[in-house]
Amino acid sequence: MKDICKSFHGIHANKDINLYVRSGEILGLLGENGAGKTTLMNILYGLYQPDSGRIEINGSPICISNPVESITHGIGMVHQHFMLIQNHSVLENIALGYKDTPFFFPKKKLRNRVEEFSKQFDFKMDLDQRVWQLSAGEQQRIEIIKALLNGADLLILDEPTSVLTPLEIKELISILRQMKAEGHMVIFISHKLDEIMDICDRVTVLQKGRVVGHADTADTSKKALARMMVGRDVVFNIDREKLEPGKKVLSVQEIHVTGDKGMPAVKGVSFELFENEIFGIAGVAGNGQRELAEAITGIRKIDSGSVHMNGKDITNKSPRHIYDNGVSHVPEERIRFGIAPGLFLYDNAILKQHHLKKFSKRYFLKYSQVKNHAKTIISDFKVATHSINNQIRNLSGGNIQKLILGREISEQPQLLVASHPTYGLDVGATQFLREHLLALRKQGSSVLLFSEDLEEIFELCDRVAVIFAGEFMGILKSDDERLADIGLMMAGSKGF
Amino acid sequence: MIKITTSDRYDISPLRSLMTNIFSLVAGLCVIGIIFLIAGVNPLYAISQIFLGSFGSLYGIKETMTKAIPLILIGAGLTLAFRAKFWNIGAEGQLLMGAIFSTWTGLTLGDQLPSYLIVPLMFFSGFMGGALWGIIPAILKIKYSINEVISTLMLNYICAEFLTMLIVGPWKGNTRFGFPGTDNLPGAAILGVIPGSRIHYATLILSLICAVILCVVIYRTRFGYEARVVGENPDAGKYAGINFLRTSLILMAISGGLAGFAGVGEIAGIHHYLGYPASVSSGYGFTAIIVAWLAKLNPLYAIVSGLFFAGILVGGDAIQISLGLPAATVEIVNGTLLIFLIMGEYFLNNKISVHISTKSKG
Amino acid sequence: MEEIIISTLQRTMIAGTPLLLATTGEIICERSGILNLGVEGVMAVGAVVAFMVTMTTGLPWLGVLAAVAAGMTLSVIHAVAAITLQANQVVSGLALTMLGLGLSGMLGKPYVGKPLTLKMNDVAIPYLSDLPYIGKILFFQSPFFYLAIFLALGAWFLLERTRLGIQIRSTGENPKATETQGVNVFLIRYLCVITGGGFSALAGAHLSTSYSKSWIEGMTAGRGWIAIALTIFALWNPGRAIWAAFLFGGIFVVQYLMQPLGISPNFLSMLPYIATLVILLLISLKDPKRLNAPAMLSAPYNRGER
Repeated sequence: MKDICKSFHGIHANKDINLYVRSGEILGLLGENGAGKTTLMNILYGLYQPDSGRIEINGSPICISNPVESITHGIGMVHQHFMLIQNHSVLENIALGYKDTPFFFPKKKLRNRVEEFSKQFDFKMDLDQRVWQLSAGEQQRIEIIKALLNGADLLILDEPTSVLTPLEIKELISILRQMKAEGHMVIFISHKLDEIMDICDRVTVLQKGRVVGHADTADTSKKALARMMVGRDVVFNIDREKLEPGKKVLSVQEIHVTGDKGMPAVKGVSFELFENEIFGIAGVAGNGQRELAEAITGIRKIDSGSVHMNGKDITNKSPRHIYDNGVSHVPEERIRFGIAPGLFLYDNAILKQHHLKKFSKRYFLKYSQVKNHAKTIISDFKVATHSINNQIRNLSGGNIQKLILGREISEQPQLLVASHPTYGLDVGATQFLREHLLALRKQGSSVLLFSEDLEEIFELCDRVAVIFAGEFMGILKSDDERLADIGLMMAGSKGF
Repeated sequence: MIKITTSDRYDISPLRSLMTNIFSLVAGLCVIGIIFLIAGVNPLYAISQIFLGSFGSLYGIKETMTKAIPLILIGAGLTLAFRAKFWNIGAEGQLLMGAIFSTWTGLTLGDQLPSYLIVPLMFFSGFMGGALWGIIPAILKIKYSINEVISTLMLNYICAEFLTMLIVGPWKGNTRFGFPGTDNLPGAAILGVIPGSRIHYATLILSLICAVILCVVIYRTRFGYEARVVGENPDAGKYAGINFLRTSLILMAISGGLAGFAGVGEIAGIHHYLGYPASVSSGYGFTAIIVAWLAKLNPLYAIVSGLFFAGILVGGDAIQISLGLPAATVEIVNGTLLIFLIMGEYFLNNKISVHISTKSKG
Repeated sequence: MEEIIISTLQRTMIAGTPLLLATTGEIICERSGILNLGVEGVMAVGAVVAFMVTMTTGLPWLGVLAAVAAGMTLSVIHAVAAITLQANQVVSGLALTMLGLGLSGMLGKPYVGKPLTLKMNDVAIPYLSDLPYIGKILFFQSPFFYLAIFLALGAWFLLERTRLGIQIRSTGENPKATETQGVNVFLIRYLCVITGGGFSALAGAHLSTSYSKSWIEGMTAGRGWIAIALTIFALWNPGRAIWAAFLFGGIFVVQYLMQPLGISPNFLSMLPYIATLVILLLISLKDPKRLNAPAMLSAPYNRGER
């Protein structure tokens, strides 16, 4: 790819990018969230058009205006968020993506071909299962099969390990090594230094839309790459002072919660939370964290078991009632659940708090109070916007998240349920947020932190539980050495 | 080569919004002109007749204001419902229910009570009727996930048949010479009009007051806030602890109730008896949808928007007589204008840029 | 007694035909993710065009073709608004209905009250129509009846057993994912909306050239709206739509059966609309999840969205 430039909304997503891949090679594409990696690969795959620059295969320039053309050129992509139709079966999804699917009776005719193919790579798969019933690793394998079936020489993987358990990651690596041995090319997008060093032969580093360096992984180090990625030495310097836990705040007993598809998502989880502590729940996304958080905050029904807050039963009470009892929530899908996009910033600043006395009197909202509150949040949490009269959807994702966090924290909750709060935030915002969580802890509140980022868990939490398939694999203090096996626990073996 | 790109427009000023609307309407009128041309009618003549008929004479203005009353009432109510993305297509039925309830009140109590008591009672009962008809689809939607477009529509038909059933059966008046319809309302129950016109001023004032009150409700009350959040993002509403059932019930009660007011106005102010559905409402419930949309879902703007579409209705009547076109012609005008309004929104929300470049891209 | 049953069933088949046609069309449209509330208007236009062309040319089949063409053309408006301009699909569909009803009223005025002399004659299928009972009910019907069933089965086959069907259904479930698989989502949606419009117009053509052989304003009588409800009732499956449409046809016909019993005709007229609500209620009570539409129904899709 030569001199690729691409802008969205006047912001350069990619500027003057040059990179190349050789056959039999795994190239890592490294960069922070928002550095432009996905945009660049989407250009290669034909989803976007570059504003300028060109793509060459074996020296001859080609034009890719849509995914069909890129597939014809032998390029396949496995996206970070799987491009699968959840309600359809595996076979139907493959039929959708395969370029030579027959017109009549596609499923019948494709079945044998797919089964043969899977045997070649040793994928075991039930072709008639609905995609939503499969694990993340299995879904990813469908994506890989689709790409290979179409004859991909170059396979692009966008943050492939973000939804996999450690075991599944190992399986993926062996698949990639097999492909490399067969002469395929792989572009491996990631922001995780360990993986890049482990898997890739060469690395191209992007920062804020530009290439800041190329390296051979054999000749470089994590620290050097990190410096290239961020532009400065990245050392998370957070002091977590040891605090004695106070009195019991939250008590969860044997709760069972059903997921969206009618299957049990949380199966008998119990734990307690105390003041002055951050309790972390580690685990790969999709193991019941979302349902657990929703159950505690009142958005989802608890089938059996109970939840008590300061001794009061809050099981299955309304979200507002639970909020009034001191439980705040930063949801997992922030944009989807946390804001009303078309409303103004100051409207969104009180989304959960609008019924409180300080913002409303009888039936009317006290707009002067609301606006002041919005201004406070914006300055305290450094939300970048030119006015509170802006429609909130015009803000960048990171700033929206800062507003939501500010909104929830500013009410000094007794318990803050934070679901993946730093996901998608840049380094500065992440640091800022973690400091705020620790500050909350110091003030006597407690935090229930759901996170996939093990570094974050170890840095912030006093105690850690690992969730797998809706159950806790173990609850350990942060200085317990058994935590070294956290990877095993995340993959399903019980910690103790 | 020529490349056309679109990008989101963030800075939408009210002026641009207004200009876009005006431009859409003008474009719509041009297309309507073409349709007239194809149908063998002189478009310029027809369109000018429409506007002259409604705004060009004192009589026309008075008629326009008369027809604007129900449009403003219902339109304002719909701005609230639509903001919460509750697609109330049932205003026709709600209007008729209001007419039915208020007629009953008027006929039963009108002889015994003085005007200043019976009229408010009629408006109250009319509101109740419309609100009742509005609450049913709200319950069906929230508790039973039944699409409100279908439920409100079905209720329209059901109510129309119900009304017909009443006026050919139990409510058939003795003074109708055998034709279906109730007796005339007693004198005390009839609304006064501005002399020389059919404008029943009580309802007119009521409509303006309601528009203002609704404006306050939408922008300044907690309920209005919750309704707006629900419309913007139901997921966020759930997260924020908003009670969907309560919010939907209230907003549909208001929307239906306002349509009920319109029904009272039509009966007590214009016809003075209850007749066939088609005679009570000339599609006000549907026209009000466009009124609300043109008003950009702001109840105050619905006043202007209501007058505009009332003008179109009156003009439509005018050209029916002068050009012999059927009443349905008005629907063509309404539909076309609405389509152009929607299309105009696209140009409002997106910046279109055209690049003409000489070098080709690889 | 026997005669009454046979005649009732015959009329049920006739009454259900336009419902089946319109419902099948709307199913195809909604399966691709676009909600089209303009069915009533397009049906009216189809009815008036079929009538006009048949009356002037004397060729009923030409009338039908013209009606389908008109319906498709009209639907393009909604397609452009909903797909390219990403407008609110509810309002756009309503506008289409207003426009369609208005156009049909205006165009049809000169034809009110004039009966068709040439009409769509019933066709008897040889041998099968001689079967006792069902022969007369099922095999001696208007050609629209056979067409409706054929098209419904065809639609089922298309959606479930062809590649295009997988593409259509995927577009309705997840247009973004479908696009990345190289499918032109816009094109598929346009095709589905326009096809749906053609079907609705076909239903209208049946009404004016086969069912009643005359034109009157308002002859669609809400059938378009019922078709939209039937789409949900049939759970977006054209095969089920066959049962659903004829069930409702039966309800329309039952009105006339019950009249001699002294029940108010207005109450009977209400029946189809009440039945719609009741049946939706029953489905919801039995299994609320089954009322789930194609996942991205009526959500606009912007190709460039990040």
